[in-house]
Amino acid sequence: MSGGLLILAPGLMTTVQDSGRWGQQSIGVSVSGPMDPFAHRLANALVGNARAAATLEVTLSGPAVRFDDPRVVAVAGAEFDLFLDDVPVPKARPMVVGAGAVLRFGARHRGARAYLAVSGGFDVPLVLGSRATHLPTATGGWQGRTLRRDDYVPLGPASPKRHRAPGHTSVTIDAGPSVVRVIAGPDVERFAPEALEALVSAPYHVSVESNRMGFRLEGPVLRHGVKADILSDATPFGTLQVPGSGQPVLLMADRQTTGGYARLATVITADLGIAGQAAPGDALRFVVCNRAEALLALVRRERPLLALEGAPA
Amino acid sequence: MNDVRVVAAGDAALVAEFDDRIDVSVNRRAIAVAQALRHASLVGVRDIVTAYRTVTVYFDPLRVDAAELEGQMRAAAAVEPDARELDGPLVHVPVCYDAAFGPDLDVVAQFAGIGVREVIDLHASREYRVFMLGFVPGFAYMGTVDLRIALPRRSAPRTAVPAGSVAIAGGQTGVYPSQTPGGWHIIGRTPLALVSLDRSSPSLFAAGDRVRFHEVDRAAFEQIVRAQEFVP
Repeated sequence: MSGGLLILAPGLMTTVQDSGRWGQQSIGVSVSGPMDPFAHRLANALVGNARAAATLEVTLSGPAVRFDDPRVVAVAGAEFDLFLDDVPVPKARPMVVGAGAVLRFGARHRGARAYLAVSGGFDVPLVLGSRATHLPTATGGWQGRTLRRDDYVPLGPASPKRHRAPGHTSVTIDAGPSVVRVIAGPDVERFAPEALEALVSAPYHVSVESNRMGFRLEGPVLRHGVKADILSDATPFGTLQVPGSGQPVLLMADRQTTGGYARLATVITADLGIAGQAAPGDALRFVVCNRAEALLALVRRERPLLALEGAPA
Repeated sequence: MNDVRVVAAGDAALVAEFDDRIDVSVNRRAIAVAQALRHASLVGVRDIVTAYRTVTVYFDPLRVDAAELEGQMRAAAAVEPDARELDGPLVHVPVCYDAAFGPDLDVVAQFAGIGVREVIDLHASREYRVFMLGFVPGFAYMGTVDLRIALPRRSAPRTAVPAGSVAIAGGQTGVYPSQTPGGWHIIGRTPLALVSLDRSSPSLFAAGDRVRFHEVDRAAFEQIVRAQEFVP
């Protein structure tokens, strides 16, 4: 049983994502993957997929899709109105859909990105071990691009019995300025002594010049010690890279593997999804924490997911 | 060999830093640490990435104890690197330096106060080292270029540099593997395909490789392009 998903309407920017193209950054290949890794995993867990299975990342405005065989589906992450054959259905719950069923995304209420998981996962070709779409290099996913009307994206073999008990929602999106915790560094010593205080002193707004590579942030100026340039160096997901303007760029899923600007701080793993749910115009408030706090936050974030995935918590 | 500094890049990456300069012996140490850690196949490690003077280890914070990993990085950095084992093969890269392929040859010649012929000879006359890859898949940062032609990058980057363009900036040289924006001075073009993600070895270059550019004329350039099209 291997069917597919027909795109009736694509939404603003819908891409195939999995847990990322890891292990190739040493030759300049970006990791890519979901902007909100936790919502991606939650969607997969709800339909009984492995956590690495490919989902659709939906951005700001959602698609309408038709199934051509019975599947279990779930949507997690940003809150959209959802309609299955024009009947409202809840988010973050597994639903059984029949052949010919149409799932449509309506108005968006909170968050920027939702993940549509379908039992069996999206079966696009593996490129260097991953199905993730990297838009800047048109690599992976469905023909390296965002989905368009009339695309037919193949699905892997489904085993509908494996889906989980309904009703479990574990990832919430805070209203108001989202609080994102960071660990100082790796280049904190290249900044003026008060730069970290400036970072946490007021919220930063996500500029309209933001995409899956990174968010340009507007807020308090972050001053360098001597200069902004460094010898090109690694750029993890969540790095706050600061060019000479003093306005930081938050590096996101499609970031390049290296960059040449000093890196003041890095978002902790537990809060990557909070950053990933920000839309242009939204505010992010940064808080500095240490490694122990980051680990505790990650355990708290992971525990319900691990329980749902069936792994030992 | 205890001059390494290990710093955190968030809670899921550690960076081992060596001297802050572009230097073969510094770069060799970063690559040595990366190779030792790759060889160890550490559980929970997702990626190991070298740059000019650093090696960054990406890991799953729930499966890797950061303090333990730091110890492993320090231990790897304490070993004297063996250049014979570390430096990669010599890669030969044909380059056509025709004016049509090298729109900035004149600018470079003016900067150096020499002729275009001498610019080409200076670029093609030495062996370079691949210090690191980054920017886009397969883009190798190589050095060091003769100081006479080491002009800084263009003030306004081009929006589209053709694939295969050979360029220089600030003592570095590189080849654009695909059409991208770019701010380096373009002095020629190679007919070689530098990157192909469906190959088991996707990139022509790896950090630590040695590279020589060889001048070819337009006829040879076209011949190599055609020959590659017939590779199955």
